[in-house]
Amino acid sequence: MKSLSINGKNFSIEAQNEMPLLWAIRDIIGLTGTKFGCGLSQCGACSVLINGNLMKSCSIPISYVEGKEIFTIEGSSKNLEFLREAWHQGNVPQCGFCQSGQLIAATALLDKIEKPTNEDIDNAMSGNICRCGTYTRIKKAIHKAVELKMNDND
Amino acid sequence: MTKIQNLSRRNFVKVFGLATGGIILGCNVSGDKKEFVPSSSDKNSFSPNLFVNINKNGKITLIASRSEMGQGIRTSLASAIADELEADWDYISVEQAVGHEKYGNQNTDGSRSVRTMLEPMRKMGATVKMMLISAASKRWGISSNECVAENHYIRNTKNNEKIFFGDLVEEASKVKIPDTENIKLKEIKDFKYIGKNLKSIDLKDFTNGTAIYGMDKKIPNMKFAAIARCPVTFGSVKSINKSDAKNIKGVDKIIQIDRLVPPTGKFFGMLGGVAVIANNTWAAFQGKLNLDIEWDLGDNKSYNTDSYNQKIKKRLQKNGKLVPGSRGNVATAFKESKDIIEATYHVPHLVHAPMEVPNATAWFKGDSCEVWAPVQDPQTVRSEIAHFFNLALENVTVNVTFLGGGFGRKSKSDFVVEAVALSKEINGPVQVVWTREDDIKHSFYHSTSTQYLKGSLDKEGQVSGWLHRAAFPSIVSSFKPLSDYASGFELGQGFINNPYQIENFRFENAKAEAYVRIGWMRSVIHIHSGFGINSFVDELAAKANKDPLEFHLELLGIDRVIQGKSEHPFNSKRLKNVLKIAAKKSGWGKKLPEGHGLGLAIHYSFYSYVATIVEVSAKNKKIKIENIWTAIDCGLVLNKDNVKNQLEGAAVFGMSIALFGKITAKDGAIEQGNFDDYLMTRMKDTPNIDITIIDNMETAPSGVGEPGVPVIAPAICNAIFSATGQRVRTLPLIDLGLI
Repeated sequence: MKSLSINGKNFSIEAQNEMPLLWAIRDIIGLTGTKFGCGLSQCGACSVLINGNLMKSCSIPISYVEGKEIFTIEGSSKNLEFLREAWHQGNVPQCGFCQSGQLIAATALLDKIEKPTNEDIDNAMSGNICRCGTYTRIKKAIHKAVELKMNDND
Repeated sequence: MTKIQNLSRRNFVKVFGLATGGIILGCNVSGDKKEFVPSSSDKNSFSPNLFVNINKNGKITLIASRSEMGQGIRTSLASAIADELEADWDYISVEQAVGHEKYGNQNTDGSRSVRTMLEPMRKMGATVKMMLISAASKRWGISSNECVAENHYIRNTKNNEKIFFGDLVEEASKVKIPDTENIKLKEIKDFKYIGKNLKSIDLKDFTNGTAIYGMDKKIPNMKFAAIARCPVTFGSVKSINKSDAKNIKGVDKIIQIDRLVPPTGKFFGMLGGVAVIANNTWAAFQGKLNLDIEWDLGDNKSYNTDSYNQKIKKRLQKNGKLVPGSRGNVATAFKESKDIIEATYHVPHLVHAPMEVPNATAWFKGDSCEVWAPVQDPQTVRSEIAHFFNLALENVTVNVTFLGGGFGRKSKSDFVVEAVALSKEINGPVQVVWTREDDIKHSFYHSTSTQYLKGSLDKEGQVSGWLHRAAFPSIVSSFKPLSDYASGFELGQGFINNPYQIENFRFENAKAEAYVRIGWMRSVIHIHSGFGINSFVDELAAKANKDPLEFHLELLGIDRVIQGKSEHPFNSKRLKNVLKIAAKKSGWGKKLPEGHGLGLAIHYSFYSYVATIVEVSAKNKKIKIENIWTAIDCGLVLNKDNVKNQLEGAAVFGMSIALFGKITAKDGAIEQGNFDDYLMTRMKDTPNIDITIIDNMETAPSGVGEPGVPVIAPAICNAIFSATGQRVRTLPLIDLGLI
């Protein structure tokens, strides 16, 4: 039995040490918002935060995350909620499949840099592929989320 | 559901009572015609293909018959109904239809959902509105003319009293259905949603991770499967050697499945291979990696991209088959010309690689079967399952999930057939998931193409002759083996119907065998034709020493309308217009920074007119895409922001083709396997993208999802020429060291 803490909740699961976190989350725990895209840390569809750090869950064995705090798209944080609102305002998604990962990567960015530049965004978001090509909207939405947050702090 | 009112031939909708206390209305729409086709009143079973369900609580549910793959169709079609109905958008929700012929043509491809369904949807909304008005007027004892529908209420114009839509449902279900000829549609100026910016109705599900795609379907005790397929297309299993696969924890079974060959002319069948059945996806993947299989590679093992390309290039040096559409006398034009230019262009095989890999969940239960899958064409899936597994069609249920991208890959049913075959074997529910490597190595590839163009300029620098000789393996080969020449429908995608006014045209087609499964990918053959033609016109302009913009406009000739058989005649003026507008947006002719260049391309596809200008910069022999300006005239625009999003996405998709797209074969096996060697445009590569949508609301709507793609690669390459003087005739740019 292994104990995983996801979005503040504990889950006890039966799985091998080397199983990637992605499949434990999706197939065993049943949280399907985190997506499989490549299995090779290339596309970012499976992005999650582990102790606040952006990671590709397809390439992280569950043995590594035991005792750590896992955050997925099913979770909620201040930055993620601003991002969600900005995503809605900018009508960002097309097929939507990669957007869980995009939002998690953007959350990680805003958690670290309060007001990212275009270059910061390019660097932080280029690990996430969107085949529909919503990049320009994602970039705008990240700036928008910063604006929403600043207005909220006023 | 009980039918509570008869339908006459002249009615547009049918009304049903619902046990839940609402009414449901259905209308019948023929697949590809705009005309409404009413079903006969004497039929006992009524099969409308579109439903509107109005509940007493005011909620309106529309059943979406087309698949949602990011093109926004669920929102678009709902908004057309809501507009005519004067509904409050907050009360609208959308449910996805299963695959069933009662919904008319559900095949979601060819950029045609709005094109074919806008008018029926509007009529549906208008009819419902008339019925609600009729019910209210009866209640008030006034004439219908004295009532108006406004934001989910009917208002009495005499005293401004209002009744909520939901409160009228019961009475509305009993009023006479208006005759088709009495349905009055709104005027363009009165549109509330159509032509405006409406957000996706599924936004929250997309940002909360709650949208259910194929792989998200879970059934208790469901098994997971991964399949090892022969590296060479249509090869088969010779033997399965003893391996560690079975010892992997979570692996249940190893099952060999044989290829299912589709009958000539329809269906897709499946490749066959060795399946690993497991308790979770990862165990299935691990099991598959640990299999030891000896393959009989079959006839396609001789496929090598390099030698194939050389062979095709050689063929193109000789005359090909003459293609209808040729006119004038090219030979004479060439003889009498001042200048002759020749060029050969090449685009490799490409693959769709939607972010969601092919996958399907199936539960075969002996005499029936249910599947859940991200499919573009659920009716073909249904028929195909019935065919291969000997089931009555009505016993096959195909549930359509969200599609994590489709781009044509999910038009093919092979991955669903695999799931059914395995469910039958294990006698329980199973989910087949392709790895990304499976997706890239076993697809229905976008055809590789080589084109030879020869053109002549007369003394005035006008194009006097145009020879276009193309060779590419045909999509038809996937349905009819040994189809070695491109078909008429493929050559009709931009080759023989190029928009230029030239006196002498000759089109030829050379043989090109298929060694892999060939399929269609977003904008299909227009990718070839758009690249070859726009690149070549740019070369002609350079030779004539003319500005490419002026040259293009001149070559488009006099304003003319070519009627053809279509309800969307080609209008050269609309193509010139988008070009002028995109050029103006780009500041064409302005002085550019050192090392920068502008390139242009135009293309007419899916009845829409598109022009793109690209600005690139060259530094240390590397190219950066700086700006993309695209203008589209797609007639009436249903959802402006959605069209904009589609065109932005098309620019990025087109960039992936130009910069990175390349699938190659060695000894019959595809060499690429994942996003580390089949690269995609990423955010850091993405330039500013500016979209202009021409205001043309009076004209019938045409395609949006695909037409933005074909212009991108040629506009980029023409910009590279402008910036550096280097001609790019072979894609992708990364192979030329330019990226």
